[in-house]
Amino acid sequence: MQHAIDNGHPQHAAGSHDHGHHDQESMKVLGFWIFLVTDCLLFGTLFATYVVLKGHTAGGPTGKELFEIPGFVAETFILLTSSFTSGLAVLAMNKGKVNQLIGWLIVTAVLGASFVGLEINEFLNMVHEGAKISTSAFLTAFFTLVGTHGLHVSVGLIWMIGLMIQLKMRGITPVTRRKITVISLYWHFLDVVWIFLFTIVYLMGVM
Amino acid sequence: MYASIKSFASSFFVTGDPLIYGADVSIALTSIAILFVLFYFKKWGWLWREWLTTVDHKKIGIMYLIASLLMLFRGGVDALLMRTQLALPNVHFLQADHYNEVFTTHGTIMILFMAMPMMFGLFNMVVPLQIGARDVAYPFLNSVSFWLFLFGAMLFNISFVIGGSPDAGWLSYPPLSELSGSSGVGENFYIWGIQISGIGSLATGINFIVTILKMRAPGMKFMKMPMFTWSVFSSSIIIIFAFPILTVTLALLFIDRYLGGHLFTMDGGGFPMMYINLIWMWGHPEVYIVVLPAFGIFSEIVATFSRKRIFGYKSMVFALMSISILSFFTWVHHFFTMGSGADVNVAFAIATMAIGIPTGAKVFNWLFTMFRGRIRLEQPMMWTLAFIPCFVVGGATGVMLAVAPADYQYHNSYFLIAHFHQVLIGGVVFGYLAGIYYWWPKLFGFKLNERLGKYAFWLWNIGFYVCFMPQYALGFMGMTRRVYTYGWDMGWGPLNLVSTIGAFLMGIGFVFQVWQILYSVKYGERDTTGDPWNARTLEWSIPSPPPMYNFAVVPVVDERDPFWEEKERRDFAPAEPVPVSKLESIHMPKNSGVPFVFAACWFVVGFGFVFGWNWMAFTGLAGVGISLLVRSFTYDTDYYVPLEEVIETEKAAGRAV
Repeated sequence: MQHAIDNGHPQHAAGSHDHGHHDQESMKVLGFWIFLVTDCLLFGTLFATYVVLKGHTAGGPTGKELFEIPGFVAETFILLTSSFTSGLAVLAMNKGKVNQLIGWLIVTAVLGASFVGLEINEFLNMVHEGAKISTSAFLTAFFTLVGTHGLHVSVGLIWMIGLMIQLKMRGITPVTRRKITVISLYWHFLDVVWIFLFTIVYLMGVM
Repeated sequence: MYASIKSFASSFFVTGDPLIYGADVSIALTSIAILFVLFYFKKWGWLWREWLTTVDHKKIGIMYLIASLLMLFRGGVDALLMRTQLALPNVHFLQADHYNEVFTTHGTIMILFMAMPMMFGLFNMVVPLQIGARDVAYPFLNSVSFWLFLFGAMLFNISFVIGGSPDAGWLSYPPLSELSGSSGVGENFYIWGIQISGIGSLATGINFIVTILKMRAPGMKFMKMPMFTWSVFSSSIIIIFAFPILTVTLALLFIDRYLGGHLFTMDGGGFPMMYINLIWMWGHPEVYIVVLPAFGIFSEIVATFSRKRIFGYKSMVFALMSISILSFFTWVHHFFTMGSGADVNVAFAIATMAIGIPTGAKVFNWLFTMFRGRIRLEQPMMWTLAFIPCFVVGGATGVMLAVAPADYQYHNSYFLIAHFHQVLIGGVVFGYLAGIYYWWPKLFGFKLNERLGKYAFWLWNIGFYVCFMPQYALGFMGMTRRVYTYGWDMGWGPLNLVSTIGAFLMGIGFVFQVWQILYSVKYGERDTTGDPWNARTLEWSIPSPPPMYNFAVVPVVDERDPFWEEKERRDFAPAEPVPVSKLESIHMPKNSGVPFVFAACWFVVGFGFVFGWNWMAFTGLAGVGISLLVRSFTYDTDYYVPLEEVIETEKAAGRAV
């Protein structure tokens, strides 16, 4: 446990001495990495299901007929930008600038929320055109895979708002520092997953 | 009004079967008795403070153990009901649909709500002690895992008096488990019960990987870790790779049932074989998840009771790790008859047989450890010895099943049933029982009675062979699994009767074990030394039961079997007490009620979705979110055990001066 990810030492309520005790904060980051491995497998399984069932349209609409290029390209740009701004937030944290940190988190959250809004809009349009989750195996797999990603982003938004309040209350401490590190990992992870969605679902779908 | 209540109640509660009415009465009486005791002795505060909110891994381990023994009882009763039904031809003790429910719940409960929690109980009771740690990596998450398991298990279990049990087999194959094949709520109970407890299992896997990676005592390099810790590590690796697949598979099935999806249906382009592939990508590794820790237990016990180092330590580690990888490349052997072609079947047949190699190496290592050892035949060692021939036969029949062309003959027959019971009872159940006998004195401070234990041992063992050997023969005679009755003309009667007798012998064995525990609580031999078996690893170097912080002074490890080496260095003289000046206040996590409330909210979510009551499900989800936020905003999560308290505890145990 010598390699703590942060520069500061954790301070505990009851004092600073820490004999035989492991660095809780860096251990929690490690646990989160392992959680991300399991989340990779979760998405991997959903991708596998989607790829197998992609052609099972049962006479219903196909991806080529449904996907609208401007929509998913806009979603991609917005989400990638939000990943960049969450990186800027971490940089601000490393400089110890709490207001700048919160500012970048707000930008990230706004971008994330507009991504979710666009996605909901896309889903509603599809349902309006008669492409519902119950239409075919292809569409069930599509809504499940893309919807799971959207749900992850939405959960991340609530979580991020909670962290902003904690930052406002407590400033940058070893604990909030670890929490910001973890959510930025999560946010970048969702970005990586989206790149796969963009390629396998949308690009391969319209080609 | 009255009529509508009546019609609701008749669909909500399971009616029409005298066995169920009997169960209703006994559940009501037990609940009233428990509530009465809690109120009469004013134990609510104690229950909340000491157990429901605890983050102590030892207490969580004990709760896992109690829950798993209760589930062993429930699953065992299911087994006896089935064996009673099949004892003779043309028996009408159970109806066909009731029989479907019984075999479904038997399988699900035994694997997911008996074997898994018993395993997690042993993880919790042993691993931190064995690696010289004061806790697991995430004590709060550990408590979350336990309560998710418990509420998931309860959700699954109430299905048999409320709403109706699942009846599509323990893995819920579609299209049987789709709305078209099973329109009641039983399958929803299956999905949500397993989903909730499965998330807990996943979290336990992460928790123990980090615990073993990061919390080992100074000096305990990887190749100095005890074998049980190694086996927990390999099992946890399989958990984190396998359980996400289960989560997705169950969610997909639920999307089909709840939102009208077509992933696995027969219409709308659905593909049922996709489900069967997915569920076995989790399901096959799952059997290694439960059996590897049993291998670890046997390794500890063989070394201790032969008074020798484990033979071939490195090959044991290599075997564990290679099994944990190979376990992911065998899933198709569960459906060689799917028609995926000879080349695919051959690849999976070879991968399956390959697992026999590391497993065989382990068996030889256990035998060589015993060779020229000074063997003591105490209870843990007896179960270990009983395991070896049982598992070897089970392994051999497994290789027979792995021969793809021959499997067309055995597929879904009683031969298969006999095989997997032989490896799961002979390997997993015997292993965990051995582990419980072995570590019981460490956790509770007394040994389990030897005489009653021997009765139980022989009843289990004789019962096992009497029950399952005839089933191999029945398989060859053409009896298939899941048949609920058969005619005299089949000629299966005598062997089935013998098999039923064996099942009841095992049931009596279990009764003896319950009696043994109750008897030993009162009269069991007290363990004052902390080391009743003259054992080898760190957990035996501290008092029994261990203090809340486990190790007053964190040990430094310089070789394998560190406690044994230390005892040899001091020529088995009693250990010197530690001077008080070396003690210090100890950093520990605070108890929390959030895990209990969090898991209870998931129960509400599950119950709501089972009946399609969205208002309830979403209320539960809100509760889940609020619990998480409450935890996120809690910063006061740990404290220091005062030095005076540490000194007092250690002095009372005679370990400090």
